[in-house]
Amino acid sequence: MTKVVKDVICPFCGTLCDDVEITVSDDNKKIISVRNACAIGAEKFNHTSLPGRVTRPRMRQPDGTFKEVSYDEAVDWTAKTLVNARKTLMYGWASTSCQAMSVGHEIAEKIGGIVDNCATVCHGSSLIAIQDVGVPSCTLGEVKNRADRVIFWGCNPAHAHPRHMSRYSIFPRGFFTVKGHKGRKIYCVDCRYTDTARCADEFIQVQQGYDYELLNAFRTAARGEVLPDTVGGVPKEKIYEIVEELKGGRFGVIFFGMGLTHTMGRNHNIDIAIALTRDMNDFTKFNIMAMRGHWNVTGSGQVLAWQYGFPYAVDLSRRTKARYQTGETTSVDLLIRNEVDACFNIATDPGAHFPIDSVVSMSKKPTVTIDPHINMSTEISDLHIPVAMVGVEVGGCAYRMDNVPIETRKVVDPPDGMLTDVELLTKINERVDELMGAK
Amino acid sequence: MTKKITLNMITCRSIFQGVGMEAGKTSQKYFNACSIIEMHPEDMKKLGIWKNTNVRVSSSVGSIVVKAVEPRELLVPGLCHIPMGPWANRIVPAYTFSTGEPCFKGFDVEIEPAINEPILSAIDVVKDACGLPIK
Ligand code: SF4
Repeated sequence: MTKVVKDVICPFCGTLCDDVEITVSDDNKKIISVRNACAIGAEKFNHTSLPGRVTRPRMRQPDGTFKEVSYDEAVDWTAKTLVNARKTLMYGWASTSCQAMSVGHEIAEKIGGIVDNCATVCHGSSLIAIQDVGVPSCTLGEVKNRADRVIFWGCNPAHAHPRHMSRYSIFPRGFFTVKGHKGRKIYCVDCRYTDTARCADEFIQVQQGYDYELLNAFRTAARGEVLPDTVGGVPKEKIYEIVEELKGGRFGVIFFGMGLTHTMGRNHNIDIAIALTRDMNDFTKFNIMAMRGHWNVTGSGQVLAWQYGFPYAVDLSRRTKARYQTGETTSVDLLIRNEVDACFNIATDPGAHFPIDSVVSMSKKPTVTIDPHINMSTEISDLHIPVAMVGVEVGGCAYRMDNVPIETRKVVDPPDGMLTDVELLTKINERVDELMGAK
Repeated sequence: MTKKITLNMITCRSIFQGVGMEAGKTSQKYFNACSIIEMHPEDMKKLGIWKNTNVRVSSSVGSIVVKAVEPRELLVPGLCHIPMGPWANRIVPAYTFSTGEPCFKGFDVEIEPAINEPILSAIDVVKDACGLPIK
């Protein structure tokens, strides 16, 4: 007999869909089918039972091959590396639980590490802007129930957050949005005609890299000032027209993504998008939200912020106080300047997602990667420690992109004898204590 | 003489990249989704290549061979796209302008046909750069 687990939380993207239904075998070991998740979410669950999964730690040998080692050996090697290094980059955290983060941060405090999460190459720019100018935001529930003007700026949820549009932002009917899509006007601003643009009522094609100028033009138009004929390739008539439509709405929201954070201007692009949101509040209710991509990256920011005051790139190497300075304590900069002497990756794959110069730098240092699966980081590491998948094989707390914490569920058992992130980090923490006590 | 063209590069997520990633970074799905460059057909014509031809893409920091394909999501001529992943990151400039954020979108690349050059696998792309032995 199989059984169905309901209301499962998907552990892939920042939308954290909480209505997934999973059929599991009666011995709790195998996922048979996945309902309600998008293609990526379904693949994530199915990945647990793919053949060839690594179930024990692997240590790289001098000839480049990997040899299986016990968890105890892996814990010992990791603790020694952390204790011996002067400055360790402890990067990742986005696919693990807040509980695991808190144990990890305890280790970082003891060994004087630098804790950074994947916001550093994603919404880091947004966090800088939010620190500078604040953020008028809301929850996704409010968007579903109230929003009648929705702008997707430099983000492509059709590909990156596939169910965002059907659960919250375009299609659903809510308390004050009983007509669903019909009652909403959707805008998409992008340099490409994306699949999200296809779902929008209005596509505004901005020249790549001219988002700041266009946002500035929207602000100018909102104040009734004069515009040049075109801004970033968009005719001024269009800008005036859209601004009037936005003013006429009851509840507006701007969702923005990597199109703003990755292009020239970085945090300044977000700054001005927030300033536009503030301006629009003179006319109607307006909000802005970052489309956080990697599952619990928001949670890592939350835990770091309430423990140390900063949401990413937290340098604990001074022991008595936490420091944060983008460009200095951010992972990519630390690596290209060779300012760390060991790397500890957990629940994220910098090997695939960092520019190559920083990956090369990482490969030259003692490196451990904690991840359920083989990826580019595990293959350049000295040690790969597999763990149970958070949100599938073990529960834990995660934050949705609108900063709502959600307790995730365990669906199936992890492979026999496999540790969870919390168990593994607790063991490393204890071993670090022993080694430091003996020093 | 082989032709060369200069385009503006953006690296973005795609649903195929997401599915491929979850199917496994060593899977064929991931390889098919990410070891490509999307270009406008007009730019392919300028370069004198057919679609599905291998090309060498070079930036200020490195170069990589990927397959030129027609865009799924329309690009304007002059703009090109490699989905995020190890292939794209071989050419992404790491300089962050003190923001911590490298330049993933909006940098110049030079493209030339590389019909007979092979495309490296996801792991080999990284190992090759790190000077680690490739199987
Ligand atoms: S939209 Fe995101 S959270 Fe929802 S099922 Fe898809 S990958 Fe999972």
